[in-house]
Parts: sequence; C-alpha cells; structure tokens
Amino acid sequence: MSWFHRLWRIPTGRAALVVVAVIGIVAAVSLVWTPLDPARADAYTAWAPPGWPHLLGTDGTGRDIASLLMAGARSTVVVALGASIVAIVVGVALAALGALTSRPVREAVAVAVDVLIAFPVLLIAMMIAAVWGGSLWVVIWSVGIGYGVNIARVARGELRRIGRADFVLAARASGLTGGQILTRHLLPNTAPVFIVQLSWSMAAAVLAEAGLSFLGVGAPVTLPSWGLLLSELQGYVAIHPLSVVWPGLAITLTVLALNLLGDALREATDPRLTRTRSEARS
Amino acid sequence: MIRYALTRILLLALGLLVSSAIIFAALRVLPGDVAQMIAGADGTPEQIAAIRSDLGLDRSLLAQYAEWIGGLFTGDLGSSLVTGSPVADQIAQKARVTIPLGVFSLVIALAIAVPLGLLGAHRRDRPSGTALNVVTQLLAAVPVVWAGLMLVVVFAVGLDWLPAQGFPRAGWRDPGSALRALVLPALTIGVVEGALLMRFVRSATLAAAGEDFVRTAAAKGLTRNRALVRHGLPAVGLSIITVLGVQIAGIMVGAVVVEQVFTLPGIGRMLVADVGARDLTMVQSELFVLTAFVLVVGFIVDLIHHAVDPRLRERA
Repeated sequence: MSWFHRLWRIPTGRAALVVVAVIGIVAAVSLVWTPLDPARADAYTAWAPPGWPHLLGTDGTGRDIASLLMAGARSTVVVALGASIVAIVVGVALAALGALTSRPVREAVAVAVDVLIAFPVLLIAMMIAAVWGGSLWVVIWSVGIGYGVNIARVARGELRRIGRADFVLAARASGLTGGQILTRHLLPNTAPVFIVQLSWSMAAAVLAEAGLSFLGVGAPVTLPSWGLLLSELQGYVAIHPLSVVWPGLAITLTVLALNLLGDALREATDPRLTRTRSEARS
Repeated sequence: MIRYALTRILLLALGLLVSSAIIFAALRVLPGDVAQMIAGADGTPEQIAAIRSDLGLDRSLLAQYAEWIGGLFTGDLGSSLVTGSPVADQIAQKARVTIPLGVFSLVIALAIAVPLGLLGAHRRDRPSGTALNVVTQLLAAVPVVWAGLMLVVVFAVGLDWLPAQGFPRAGWRDPGSALRALVLPALTIGVVEGALLMRFVRSATLAAAGEDFVRTAAAKGLTRNRALVRHGLPAVGLSIITVLGVQIAGIMVGAVVVEQVFTLPGIGRMLVADVGARDLTMVQSELFVLTAFVLVVGFIVDLIHHAVDPRLRERA
C-alpha cells in the first residue's frame, strides 16, 4: 500500500487534504473569477451585513469580503509554496553538508544549525524588512530560512542513518559520486521526513503571513491577503466584530488543515509510528 | 558539569558573535545612503558628509562593527538616527512593559498547559481527552492577532471588563491600571503558547508513562498512578524545562505582535516602528538585544536542565 493510500485511510488526513486542495482551487479560480470585484470600493454598501449579494458582508470601503478572501487565498498559496521551496533548498543543503562532508565541515555546520535554530522567524523577518521593506518576500525568506534550519536538523540524522545502509555502500562501491548517491538514493529514501516538515512549514508560513502583514512588513496594501484584511478590519473590531471573524477563520482553517496533514503524513509514512499507536490503543 | 558549562559558554559566545555579525552585515547591504536619508532630499553634499562623519559611516565596516561591539560591552547601543536619543535608555524604558507582559504570559501558559496536558494524557482514550486534543489543535492554528481581537470582542467590547488597548500614562506608578492593561495581552499570548505547550506536556506524559523506570516502580508494588506521580512526573518536568527556552522565545515573538494589537509601549512595538522608519541603529541594537535574550535564555535553560537531570549527570 502506498503512503498516499495510507494517508487517505486516516480520517483527519483525508479531511485535511481536501481542505488544502479546496484552498488551492479557490486561489486558482480567483485568478479568473470572484463573485464581485475584490478591489471595487463602494461607499453606499460599506459595512453591509452578510447576505445577498455580499455573502460575508463588506468592509469599511464597501469591498466584498467573500471576494477579498478568495483573492487573498492567492497570497496564502504563494507564501506557503514559496516558503516551503526555500525551506527545502536550505534544509537539504545544510543537511547534506552536515551529514556527508568531512568531519570539520560537518561539525561547523552542526554548530551553525544549533545557533541559527534559536533565531525566531519574526526576528529574521524584521531584519529583512528593515533592509528591503515589506513584501511577501519577507515572509517567504524568513519562514524558508527559519524552517529550513529545522528541516536540516531533523534530516541530518536521517541522512546519516541511511548513508550507512548497505545499498548506499554498494552504490559507492560501484563508483557513484557523492552527488549521485544523494539524488538517487538518499533523498528518495528520506523524502517522507521532508514532506512532513514541508506541510508544517507551510502552516507556519500562513501564520507568519498573517502576523507579518499585520505588522506592516508582509503583503503590500495593494495586494489582497488574509493577514492584511485582518489588520485593516481590526481598527473597527468594536463596531463590526463579525467582519473580523472571516479572515481569522480562513487562516485558522488553513493552518489547522496543514498541521493535521503533516501529522497524518507522518503517521502514513512512518510504519513504526503506526505500530506504536495501535499498541498504545490495545 | 563544569566541562559542560564551559563548552556551553563557548557556544553562547560564538552564537552572540555570529548573530551580531549577521545583523550588522545584513543592515549594511541596504541600498541607498543612510546619511542621505537623514539629510533629506535637499541636503547639501557638505551636510551629508558632516552627518556621515558624525555617525562614523565614513570609516571602514570593520571599524564600525568594532565600535558597535565595543559599545555593547559598556551598555552603549548607539543613538537613534531619527530622534537622536540613546537606544539603551529607550530599550530599558520599554522593557518595563515587555518583561512584565512576558512573565505574565508565561505564567498563564504554564497554568493552562501543565494541568490540561496531564489531564489530556490521563484521559486520552475518553471523550474528554479527545475534546481537549481538538481544542489544542484548533488553538495552535489560531493567529495571535486574531486571538487578541476575539478576546477584545468578548472581554472589552462585550463584557466591558477590561481595557481594549493602551497602557496607563502613569505606567507602574498606577499599578492597578497597568496590570489591568496587561491582562488581555498576556491572556492572548498565554492561551496560544499554552496550547502548543499543552500538546508537548501531553506527549511527554504519555512517553513517561511508557518508560521502563515507571514500569519497574509499578512492578515493585506501587500502584500505576503512584508510580506515575512519583517517577513519571519528574521526567515530565524535565521535558518541560527543555522546551522552556523555545517557549520563552515564542512568548517574546508573540509580544511583538500583541503589543501592536493592544498598542502597548513595549520593545516589540518600538521594533516595528523603527523598522517602518528604517532607523537602522535602533533596529540593529534592538534585534541584537532580542537575539541575545533568546540565546541567553537558551543557555540558562540548558544549564538548569543539565544540573537537574540525573540522566545527564551520570554521563558527565
């Protein structure tokens, strides 16, 4: 049974996968269609309650919140994918350096990873924002670097463990170079670890987008984003508390789905974990 | 233990050095000229040159770095490019809001996480345990900003029990108002961080329940629950200490966001404002102080863990 089938058989995994897929589809659809133009302000319909045609109501400038949320999903997808790509590149590079090179390099990388892991993502983000100003890149780079270091720490042990296996020794004996062994044998065999971590980094990226856009160093004001919508609505929370609920729900649901997906992926790809779970139940 | 402490001090010093170098270098790659920025669009070349030599920008990068690091040792963190006031004074003043906020948040997080985590582990096969698990999963996914806003909606707008934002002008000379101003912010951080910590306490408790030493104690005649309390709980406590450093860093990060939500005059809000104003000497020193704080907390936590964990003591 493939790991995908095992994932599908875990109820939370299946639900999480569906939610993540729906968000991806909504983001894609919003490129060509939203119920109303998310950028169109209309003073006459400001703060409309949920109803028709404004399913979730409007904000203080009369923009349709449902359409803004659909368009904002694009920023979420971009940030999640971008941050995970950076994280995987940083993670694989550091893990490979830390597991497969000569001893002095290995130990230097280990110390560097231990130091870097203490850096909160937010501080990395503020540093980048102070230099280049706010944009979604700040989120992508800060979460990518922050979680890349995490991935490196988790993957290093795994790479070293598999690096000692007989089939890798055989590959080395038959004349493959270090790079070839890495891409043909080590990475495919450690892929589950990376996939699980990626799901969690995406969750972190979505949360970070919300926080950083709120602080004014994430999405620029012209870009529809859930975090930005949240920060624009927060000033009116005392008068229109309901409108603030929607972007928060969208973020929470996405992060929850990605977290659960990561948990389920771990369960599906790690046979040891499935066994201990059933043992624990009996 | 002493050998471990020495290695750990070395690692801390290395961490401080590396992070100061990274922060310094990153803020120097800024496109554009700081002196030009201060002088404004109509600054004459003479004015710009004067500002540059005032700030020491005409010297080599290495000399500037050395001066900054030297200043760190004497408590001189430089002066704001915008207002000219010393950074160290500003940070010390803002810390009077941020540090109580952090301590308050940590207490709330622990008060939530420890009992509920133990309960969740104890009742893991019952509906109440599952419900606790669902709630923590949900809370772990909530953005801090939103958690704060929802608390404001309920406790400040709805019930009108607590202030929605701000900090009393009199500060801690008006302790009642000051404390009230910190309740919702601390609750926001405490609940979100507490949810993360609770998941950890739960899994640490489950792990401890499966440990050989608990089974042995049970085999020697203790009841299962007494074996867990006497031998399992200390192990859980040790596990909590190991993540305390990460938790405190998380609380600090939460404080940056929460101070913005509740307009509290703390270090986080100052950092956000200075990043917005591109006040680089402020940002540089603030980032370093916060990073140093995280590293030093990690160092202290590691030392405590090493000192109290008998498993590590034997090996040393």
